[in-house]
Amino acid sequence: MVDALVPGMVAQMRRNAAYLCIFLLGAWAWGSGLLPGLLERWEDIAYLGQQHVELVALSGGAAILFGVPLGVLLTRPRFRQVGAAAMQILNIGATIPTLAVLALAMSLLGLGNTPAVFALFIASLLPIVSNTMAGLRDVPPALLEAARGMGLSPRHTLLQVELPNSLFVIYTGIRTALAINVGTVPLAFLIGGGGLGELIFTGIALNEFGTMLAGAIPTALLAVLIDFIVAQLQFWTIPRGVNPLR
Amino acid sequence: MIRLDQVSKTFPGTTMPAVDRVSLEVAEGEICVLLGPSGCGKTTTMKMVNRLIQPSSGDIFIDGRNTSDYDVTQLRRSIGYVIQQIGLFPNKTIEDNICIVPDILGWDRRKSRQRAAELLEMVALDPGVFLKRYPKELSGGQQQRIGVLRAIAADPPVLLMDEPFGAIDPINRVIIQDEFLKMQAQIRKTILFVSHDIDEAVKMADRIAIFRNGRLVQYDTPDNMLAHPASEFVSDFVGGDRTLKRLQLLTVRDAMIADPPRVRAADSLQQAAAAMEAHGHQSIVLVGPRGRARGYVNLQTARGGNGTVGENYEALPTTIRPHEDLRTAVSTMFRYDTQWLACVDDDGMFVGYVTLRGITHLLSETYRDG
Repeated sequence: MVDALVPGMVAQMRRNAAYLCIFLLGAWAWGSGLLPGLLERWEDIAYLGQQHVELVALSGGAAILFGVPLGVLLTRPRFRQVGAAAMQILNIGATIPTLAVLALAMSLLGLGNTPAVFALFIASLLPIVSNTMAGLRDVPPALLEAARGMGLSPRHTLLQVELPNSLFVIYTGIRTALAINVGTVPLAFLIGGGGLGELIFTGIALNEFGTMLAGAIPTALLAVLIDFIVAQLQFWTIPRGVNPLR
Repeated sequence: MIRLDQVSKTFPGTTMPAVDRVSLEVAEGEICVLLGPSGCGKTTTMKMVNRLIQPSSGDIFIDGRNTSDYDVTQLRRSIGYVIQQIGLFPNKTIEDNICIVPDILGWDRRKSRQRAAELLEMVALDPGVFLKRYPKELSGGQQQRIGVLRAIAADPPVLLMDEPFGAIDPINRVIIQDEFLKMQAQIRKTILFVSHDIDEAVKMADRIAIFRNGRLVQYDTPDNMLAHPASEFVSDFVGGDRTLKRLQLLTVRDAMIADPPRVRAADSLQQAAAAMEAHGHQSIVLVGPRGRARGYVNLQTARGGNGTVGENYEALPTTIRPHEDLRTAVSTMFRYDTQWLACVDDDGMFVGYVTLRGITHLLSETYRDG
């Protein structure tokens, strides 16, 4: 019971803390005349925010579409040997700072959105693949034996037993990946990508506090919003029998 | 129905076979318990039947057809499978768990859900309450009941059960065993049942197969196994109290002396004494006008006594029904410090009596013949 509650409570507290911070920041921003300043820059924010979302959607979406099947593949019996090695590589890969990944991507693919999307894709891929593999490996062996003994095909077993029972861990990987992703997109500005990073870094360079916040606040809001959306998906799409949140 | 012919299994990297030239046949509708210590090959033998383990040599036939001629998933779908860890799918409701095999076989959904409800009723779980629940909301005993229902949902003729009740507490285990036997009396599946518990084997089995080091050392009915163990290993395994264990295989009816002489309330003690002496009995039962057992009279009381039986009888300490097992009968005798019990049918009519002497005689008969 306690085990089931803790992740839910932590997520709830995290969310509440985020809301509180945003509220305090907003109040302070309005009082100090920053928020009216933000509204003045609304056109920039909307335009760059859209770019930001596009970068997240492209790189994050690709990471999910590629990472989950890759994780599944690496846990199949015929790739089990490769899987162990791949897990090691992924763990080492996860320690590379995302800024370094961006720099490497730039050196390979030049400037612009392409290397940015590629680097974000790589940075988001790691948690998704490793969580998918961990989730699938944690499925109790008794379930697999029962499935095999009853004559479920490997495809049935994957779709009806393995994936539903590891979905929670997979979702957690996706949430981690998207949080990293949204937070890393501003760095894309450094290699010529778009996004709200443009306002942040311009603000820093020109020592314009208002401009910097015009990038930072929407980035923070976006991170919270995306995490909230995935959390809702996680809550509603995982069957009640294996969902520790309900 | 299930026939193993010289089946062996040697796992890669080992020289000793895990299963060594095992042949046995299980008749339709029978429960065969594979029994033996850990590592004796009983589970391996069972898993070769649905080809979870591929035999190294030998053939296995189900209903006359070699299992290696089947497509392996088709074979497994036609064989129910119950494991000790239960293995219900936690992401599915009880209903969907029961209907897994019907669903992959493409049964009509309404028909399979209807069947799930009927099956739940068979094990006295209210379908209205349980169908939509998830496994984690059930107790261990309830979960294993569902595990068994899941195995029989698609009505396979053959069931494999791998220590199915091993993880359930002793009290619930007895209940679920009884329930399963009652269900088996209706569904008449051919069952291979792995166990390491001799008491469970004696209770569940039509035949017991005892394994040692991959070899089948004895294949016999429980009563023969207990009465005539083929080797010292078997006799050690079934236990020093094996003759006592046979008591639960026999019913009161087996040892009962049926239709003995009886007296009525109006009969004189002299008549009672004469009836006892004529049959060599130490006591005689008094029956009421319709034949119900009312009490009894001892030979000593009757001899030299005056008056009628109705004025001199003693109450029966207790009675027993003919379908109860002899273990219960002996236990009842010990409890009431008596050497005999009157047997009555479900309506209380006196049908015979059973004596401790008669029981010991019955148990030792098989040894004299053998």
